[in-house]
Parts: sequence; structure tokens; C-alpha cells
Amino acid sequence: MSRAKSIEREKFWERNRKSGGYLLKKSVGNSLYKIARAILLFGLCFLIIQPLLNKVSISFMAEKDLYDATVISVPRNFTTTNYSLANELLEYWKCLRNTVLMALVVSLVQVAACTLVGYGFARYKFPFKNFWFACVILSIVIPPQTISSSLWLHFRFFDVFGIFKAITGDSINLQASVAPYLMMCMGCMGLKSGLYIYLIRQFFRGIPKELEEAAYVDGCGKVKTFLRIMLPDAKPILTSCFLFAYVWQWTDSYYAKLFLGNIKLLPKALIGLTGRLSDYWVKIYGTGAMPSAGYEQAMIATGLLMTIIPLLIIYLVAQKGFVESLSQSGIKM
Amino acid sequence: MSKPKKKRKTLAQKNAIAGYLFILPFIIGFLAFLAYPLIESLQMSFCKVTVEVGGFNKEFIGLANFKKAFTVDPEFTRLLTESLSSMAYRVPATLIFSFFVALLLNQDFKGRGFVRAIFFLPVILSSGVIVGLEYNNTLLQGMEDVVQESGGNSSITATLQAILDTGGVGSKFFGYVFDILDSVYDVAIASGIQIIIFLSGLQTISSSMYEAAKIEGCTAWESFWKITFPMVSSLILVNIVYSIIDFLIRTDNEVMEKINDTMMPMMDYGFSSAMAWSYFVIVMAVVGVISLIVSKKVYYYE
Repeated sequence: MSRAKSIEREKFWERNRKSGGYLLKKSVGNSLYKIARAILLFGLCFLIIQPLLNKVSISFMAEKDLYDATVISVPRNFTTTNYSLANELLEYWKCLRNTVLMALVVSLVQVAACTLVGYGFARYKFPFKNFWFACVILSIVIPPQTISSSLWLHFRFFDVFGIFKAITGDSINLQASVAPYLMMCMGCMGLKSGLYIYLIRQFFRGIPKELEEAAYVDGCGKVKTFLRIMLPDAKPILTSCFLFAYVWQWTDSYYAKLFLGNIKLLPKALIGLTGRLSDYWVKIYGTGAMPSAGYEQAMIATGLLMTIIPLLIIYLVAQKGFVESLSQSGIKM
Repeated sequence: MSKPKKKRKTLAQKNAIAGYLFILPFIIGFLAFLAYPLIESLQMSFCKVTVEVGGFNKEFIGLANFKKAFTVDPEFTRLLTESLSSMAYRVPATLIFSFFVALLLNQDFKGRGFVRAIFFLPVILSSGVIVGLEYNNTLLQGMEDVVQESGGNSSITATLQAILDTGGVGSKFFGYVFDILDSVYDVAIASGIQIIIFLSGLQTISSSMYEAAKIEGCTAWESFWKITFPMVSSLILVNIVYSIIDFLIRTDNEVMEKINDTMMPMMDYGFSSAMAWSYFVIVMAVVGVISLIVSKKVYYYE
């Protein structure tokens, strides 16, 4: 082993001499570059992860640790009461169950609808195609707030061409149900649906036309071609889109507040956490008692961690699905 | 085909029908949940909207809502200019950062998968409710300041800044530099998707191109500007548009918050629609102008 190495080293110096010092310069430069890159990457990774680690350490601290300037990242009074309290205040398991189900249903519906539409845009020629695709782009660009006031009133007094009003004498209040949001997702108007349509279309455009033609020649219908030939091919991009849809739906509070008023979801519970905490404080310590600002933040950090831990687990397990498939499918413009 | 009397359709016509059937969900959704509310909210922005039993009432009041937004309301114009001006430096910073990181992550090194996983983490961390909670922490900020003062230790940048300031060299310049450094975290958090897009573009460039360039005596620096840069230039356009929209539309944007607050607790639908529409028009104008300028310089391969 060492002999082989020494021969190699000898060769190295000889080659270096032959190249007039170029080889040495180059290999030194290369390893310097590698070190610099490693330091840089480590720094940036730390930058991204640090707030998360910070939250982890805060979430295990007792209240007096928060105000102790000598305690920086390792808690002196290690405690898990923060978690049990947050669990109680968030109604964690109930919310978690709702959120899991909700995000699953919504993202499945969303991706299914977007796949159909993306396929249509990628594989068929039809009049006004560009116009409709411009509409897809428009749906990405328009801030949801522009239309939310109208939509909200729309679903509050829901009616299709005045039919319900004619029958029952009143419009339906869909505000307190899942229906409006599911309807929107079926119509590709959910959270970031435009983006998924765009990605899926880009993917289908990259599949060679011959594949499809061969299927037609062999007597496959349009639907069958789509289901049997194209969909299995599109698995990576569909998983990517599904995972993104799932994660974004999970953390979304905007649509949740707007449409899913009475369903207990984690992001909404998280927003109301400080309010519940002060209620709890009043209940325990009597009126006028307030949790300190530091403790409120510690509770928020704990709640936030509890909210994203399932997501982090999904991310770690399906990391390839998130990223590699998306970056390998090669989004071309 | 089944009915012999009916004229048979051409293949193109059949394809057109199939295509429309495929995108039907989008067309319905677009008309019902985007186009209609959009027009209605435009209408609302010219009206005074009052909610009544069993419906809502619109009363035409002309441009009063817009006038209120731009001249009477103390916050709207300030927030608008603030978010536009911060966009002006945040978007280029995000682009440069994500391009740079994508270049690094495209290289071969040990633990690449792990590093990639960390860099894409912000895709989760900077979405929805998490952003809102992270950034609305003025309280936490205040508390940290107190703790730091009493503890006597401060952040590295602040210390460095103090040292450099006492040196008396161009303190204003250093001020800018430290502003940017302090917002590195914000930039890193905001650039998850952009990194993915750039990375996917970089992976489509065939390595034979670099090899050919290398044989011809191209340095790495040259082949970066002559091969890499032109090949991903179309993605730069996409990323510019995405970053602008992402920055201006995200839920923690102050203008967005203002619009929301006017709508939900205050029930002032007309006024909030007016603000939302003027914001929307401005966003569209910004995106349109910038993409026009950039698309002139984009190089399309193939």
C-alpha cells in the first residue's frame, strides 16, 4: 500500500517536473478551492438550519432559562413541559389528524386536476390554446387577495344561476364547509395550482411524440394512452407536485382562514396559540396574569416545531421525490 | 362513426375536442373562481359594499375608493413604495444567490445529497404560516436586544461594524454591506424553488459542450460566461418573474396584510378591492416591464 503510494508520489513529482510546475499549481489550487467550497457550504447550511436548532433548544428550556443571559443554547433546566402544554393548547392530535387528512385530500384532488390540464396543454393542439395558457399564467400572477373578497361573499351566499334561491328561497352558506375549497381545487384554482399545471405541462412536453403515436397505431384510445402510457412515465413529476402540494397545503393559513373556518387545522391553531396561552394563564394564575413575552415566544417555537416535525419527517424520507425528480426531469422553457 | 349520416370529423377536430376535454377543469375553474370574482372585485372597487341579510349590496361611488387608498389612507402608499423598493434589491440578491448555490450544488462532492436537502429545506420552512410567525416577531427582537445588552455579547456583524466604524473608513458603504449581510438569511430562505429551477437547467447542459470548450483551450471562467450563462438564460427570466411574484404576493408582504386586514375584520370590501386592484396592476406592470427587458437578452438554444 505504502509502496504504491510512494510510487505514485514519485510519479507525481516527475509529472510535475515534466509539466514545468503546472501540475503542482493546479492540484494545490484544486484542493484550496475544495476547502473554500466546503467552508462556504457549511456556513450557508448552518445559516439555514440555525433558526431551527435555536427553536429546538428554546423549546426544551424552562422559563427562567429564557431570561438567563448565561444560557445560550443548551438549556440548564431541561424540561418537556413546553411540549405537553403546547399539546394541550393546540389540541395537537385532533388538529394533526385533521391537517393530515385535509392536506392529503386537497393535494390529491389538486394534482389530479392539474395533471389532466397539464397533459391537455402539452399534447393536444386546439384553437385558443395560447389564450388559455396565458390564463394559467394569469392565475399564477394574480394575488389571491385581489379576488378573495369577492370569492368570500360568493361562497357565503352561494348560488348557481339563482337555482337554489328559486327552490329554497335562500342562497346556501357554504362558508362553514370544505366544499368551496375542494371545488376550487377541482377547478385548478387552489393554492399554487397554476405552478403545478406549468410544471406538469413542461414534463409532458418532453416525452417523445413517437411513444404516443406507437400507442395509437396499436389501437390505444386517447384515454387509454393517457392512463397506460403517459401517466406511468410522469410518476416523478407527479410525486414532486404532490409532495409540494401536500407540504404547502399543510402550512397554508391563508386559504384555511378564508374557507375552512370551523375545521381545526394546525396552522390556524398555531396563529391562535398566544391568545390561548394568555387565556390559560388567566385560568391558572387568576385575572390579570400574563405570560411573559419570552415564554410566549418559547411556546410559539414549540408549537411551530410540533407543526413542522411531521413535514420534516416526510421531507427526510421523500427527499428524492421532492428534489431529484424535479431537477432531473429538466424543466425547459 | 357510429352514425353514418353524421359528417366524420377530421383528426385535427377530434384532437381539438379531446384537448378541450382535458383542460375543461381549468376552464370551468378559471371562469367561475378567477375571472368572475376578478371582474366582480373590480366592480366592487368602484362601489360601497354593504353586507345584508341574504346577500350584499353594491352602491356605485366612482373613484372614491382609489382616491382614499392613494391620498387619504396614511399607510397604503408608504407600504407600497417600501415593498417595491425592497423588492428592487431583494430580487437580484435572490437571483445571484440561487444561481451561485445551484452552480455549487451541481458540482460533485461528498455529501452532496445532504447539502442539497438542507438547501431545499426553505421550500418547507418559508411557506404559509411559518413565515408569518417568523417575521412578525418584533417582540422577540426587542427581547433579544435586551438580553444581548444585559449579557454584553452582540452579534458578529454588529461588533465588526463597530470596529470598522471607529476606523472611520466609509461607514456609509459598510452600512450597506452589513444591511445585505444581515438579510442573507432572508435571501437564503426565499430562494429554495429558484435553486431547484436553476439546478434543473444546469443539468440539461450536456457535458460534451464543456469538454469541447476545454479542448479548445477555454478556461473555466470563459466557459461559464460562454456556455453556462447563455444556456440557463431562459431560466433566469423564469426565476426573475417567479421571485418578483413570490416576493410581492407572499402572505407576509405588508401590503397584502393591509388588504387582508381591511377586508376580514373591518368588512370594508370596496376599499380592500380597490387596494388589491391597484396593487395587482402595479405588480403586473413591474413583471411585464422587467420580463420585456430581460426577454430581449435571453438566448434560446435549439
